[in-house]
Amino acid sequence: MAKPELMDFDAALEKYEPVIGLEVHVELSTKTKMFSPAPNPSGDEHDAEPNTQIGPVDLGLPGTLPVVNEEAVRYSIQLGLALGCSIAEESSFARKNYYYPDSPRNYQISQYDDPIAFEGEVEVELEDGTVFQVPIERAHMEDDAGKLTHMGSTGRIQGASSSLVDYNRAGVPLVEIVTKPIFGGEARTPELAAAYVSTIRDIARSLGVSYARMERGNLRCDANVSLRPRGEEKLGTRTETKNINSFRSIERAVRYEIQRQAALLDQGTAITQETRHWHEDTGRTSSGRPKSDADDYRYFPEPDLMPLRPSRELVEELRAALPEQPVLRRRRLRGEWEFSGQVFQDIVNGGLLDAVDETVKAGAAPQGARKWWLGELSRLANEQGVHPTALATPQQVAELEALIADGTVNDKLARQVLEGVLAGEGSPREVVDARGLAVVSDDGALIAAIDEALAAQPDVLAKIQDGKVQAAGAVIGAVMKAMGGQADAKRVRELILERAQA
Amino acid sequence: MTDLTKLTAAELAQRLTAGETTSVEATQAHLDRITAVDGVVHAYLTVDAEGALQQAEAADAARAAGDTTSPLAGVPIAVKDNLVTRGLETTAGSRILEGWQPPYDAHVIERLRAAGMPILGKTNMDEFAMGSSTETSGFGATNNPWGLDRIPGGSGGGSAAAVAAFEAPIALGTDTGGSVRQPASVTGTVGVKPTYGGVSRYGAIAMASSLDQIGPAARTVLDAALLHDVIGGHDVRDQTSMTHDWPSFASAAQAGLESDAVAGLRVGVPRQLAEGEGFEAGVRERFQEALDVLTARGATITWIDLDTLDYAVAAYYLLMPAEVSSNLARYDSVRYGLRVTPEGANVEQVMSATRAAGFGDEAKRRILLGTYALSSGYYDAYYGSAQKVRTLVQGDFDRAFGEVDVLVAPTSPTVAWKLGERLDDPTAMYVADITTIPANLAGIPALSLPMGLSEGLPVGFQFMAPAREDARLYKVGAALEAALNEQWGSPLYAQAPELKEA
Repeated sequence: MAKPELMDFDAALEKYEPVIGLEVHVELSTKTKMFSPAPNPSGDEHDAEPNTQIGPVDLGLPGTLPVVNEEAVRYSIQLGLALGCSIAEESSFARKNYYYPDSPRNYQISQYDDPIAFEGEVEVELEDGTVFQVPIERAHMEDDAGKLTHMGSTGRIQGASSSLVDYNRAGVPLVEIVTKPIFGGEARTPELAAAYVSTIRDIARSLGVSYARMERGNLRCDANVSLRPRGEEKLGTRTETKNINSFRSIERAVRYEIQRQAALLDQGTAITQETRHWHEDTGRTSSGRPKSDADDYRYFPEPDLMPLRPSRELVEELRAALPEQPVLRRRRLRGEWEFSGQVFQDIVNGGLLDAVDETVKAGAAPQGARKWWLGELSRLANEQGVHPTALATPQQVAELEALIADGTVNDKLARQVLEGVLAGEGSPREVVDARGLAVVSDDGALIAAIDEALAAQPDVLAKIQDGKVQAAGAVIGAVMKAMGGQADAKRVRELILERAQA
Repeated sequence: MTDLTKLTAAELAQRLTAGETTSVEATQAHLDRITAVDGVVHAYLTVDAEGALQQAEAADAARAAGDTTSPLAGVPIAVKDNLVTRGLETTAGSRILEGWQPPYDAHVIERLRAAGMPILGKTNMDEFAMGSSTETSGFGATNNPWGLDRIPGGSGGGSAAAVAAFEAPIALGTDTGGSVRQPASVTGTVGVKPTYGGVSRYGAIAMASSLDQIGPAARTVLDAALLHDVIGGHDVRDQTSMTHDWPSFASAAQAGLESDAVAGLRVGVPRQLAEGEGFEAGVRERFQEALDVLTARGATITWIDLDTLDYAVAAYYLLMPAEVSSNLARYDSVRYGLRVTPEGANVEQVMSATRAAGFGDEAKRRILLGTYALSSGYYDAYYGSAQKVRTLVQGDFDRAFGEVDVLVAPTSPTVAWKLGERLDDPTAMYVADITTIPANLAGIPALSLPMGLSEGLPVGFQFMAPAREDARLYKVGAALEAALNEQWGSPLYAQAPELKEA
């Protein structure tokens, strides 16, 4: 009988201790590329026509020379500082030599033994509030390669009739953040891996140094996983699962590798040190290239570039200007807003933390701000394929909430006000005035409508008089309909109860 | 009527300024000379008659409009084929780039165009500047005008031969281990390697980035200085380019011609660069005579030992191929140049077949050497040790320049050897650069000027100065040149054999 391919996760954890190491590539959102003046297409130009965001340097044309982008250096220092790293007094670039058709010079310019930032620590909080300190080995700068599209039935290089090369991405600045081995994650190791990458994303976003969209490849993760039998000192052989492109996939891939490796070890089979590919559709990893005879990149100091010696003043200036750490900020806001963990997580996952924060700062109640951004605005934005913040400003939402709070409009009317705002009819207040959407607060008009509704539904009236107060709902509905929605439901309810007893 | 091709660049510029000739006439005269003699010299790979005449017309028009700022405006020039010229075929002497028309100009080419200097064409060279004889060119060797069966030196044999054969008044070369100075030495012309970083390398097809430097090839020291003034200075596209404020080199040369620049000069002669195995008797005699001239004019000569220079050639032949192996990786058939596609070949096989067909033996030899020297397990023993030697050589020069103003040596231990004589013995060829390589390792400026004949063939005299002291070389070089001309009765270049027009 064939041995099972995977070991049960809990069983695996009982026998083996998982150790992970994560390498995250962050695409910097500088205006130009790492070593050339060509535009950096990591943002809006992401979908630009192939080979339009390039110059001679990006194609590696003979005679071209790299020039380090100072903005990328600043961004890298900011990232390093936010990761709690030391910033090197002197750091240098090296050539990493390897051949690939999307690599214009056939060497990558990277940092080898002198990275710009080293030895840091990042606080990672899991959903249940557990906090891990993840040790950072280094953060170094490098440039990206282009992209290949293989023409053929499979879309893979094997069997392709030809391959097309797009060098738009060639030279996009990257920072590669490498952790030290992470111990102690135990059964939460998969969750920890995803939470770590998500923390890196939040830090990059809070600094404004990257668009940090995983689905666009602004953020890419390679996960190293190894197991060691309980009680053993020596680390097990690791595998490196490459280019995982969502948080959920990171979690799944790490979990899968733990189960797969445990099954192999349990059968007495050695783990092969290799790169592996993650398959979203099947939820499995498959073998890539073996690393047993390790690649020889023939690193040597990049002779076209002088070493970087960032001034201490610059480093201290950037340190002083660091924003509040995302994890600390979230902890603070969650406390201030008094939301449940899940509600708060929804805001974070929706990329709406800043929007809600700004809306609250503009005077809205946290609940109200959350309701609009996560509700109506997210729904409309989803329909239009844009981000909610592209539709309205926090100031507009706060003003809308103020109109509700002071009773000028009710929830239903507020939706119409928002519609007007989105249609460009002006501020919420202006829309209310122009469309005449204010709630009718004249009790006389309401009482007339209530009396009419009660007369039309004598059975309901009887129920209310019997003490079944909830039956009033049907009458409220009829009154609101009669008033064209422009009535304060709370007041209507009060009046109904009054009139029923009269 | 004066033969315009027999004038120096300075003399030609003077006539242009005086209105005695036009740039079109001067350019046409050189194009006619090329037509007449290049069949036997083969100094040029590409002649751009149409482009040169257009630029000459523009230079004449600018002068007529009073818009002439450069002292060399209107003076035509030849350019080594590893300097990238927009729209004009640039091959670096390699079949792998045959037909390539660059979409951009090198920094020095932009400077030439801005100075109004018509570009006559691209000169022959050892493939990717690898060689000491111009015989490794993918397009056939160049012949020495002083003896057509002799090598013109390398790698810039084409530029030196063009200037010596009056096919151009002045030219540009590149010097990685002596490729401007050694050709100057064996063709009776002047060649300069500026301080590393003194001239931008942007657009110079790299051989070994940390050693390459663009420099003037001319018939007089003053001409070289005038050209250096045109091409020198900072360029933001080359991070190794110095921001130093350079003095006028032409003024320095003028000062050397007009004053007693040699009186009190402390001259050091490194034994390692002036005697030993391989130095021909005739070369040693001419060198001693030149030293005598310097002494007679008030210089003091000190022979010194710079022991680390014994290892300079070995270090150079490790560092240079290491950089070559990386710099030449971009020639892979993907983006430009040659592509060889064997039936059914995959991408790696196409790259391999292209490189097999496109690179000559010397290029392949150096790629292999360099790949080996950088490979893991050998890096420290080879590349690492060579780097240490380089640092020691720099230290030796620093110490020497604490005691003397300039260092001198024969530019080459021998006169021009016969074509084919050393082609099968690469190491014999490598040793030919023993006298020129140390300046490249140290990054210091060096100048070669003619110091007479041995067996009817030119011998070169080399001055070296501390980094950034290029002006010193022009001053003392011009002074020695004037003294030697006085002794010979006419400049050496004027004694070159008449070429039988082909």
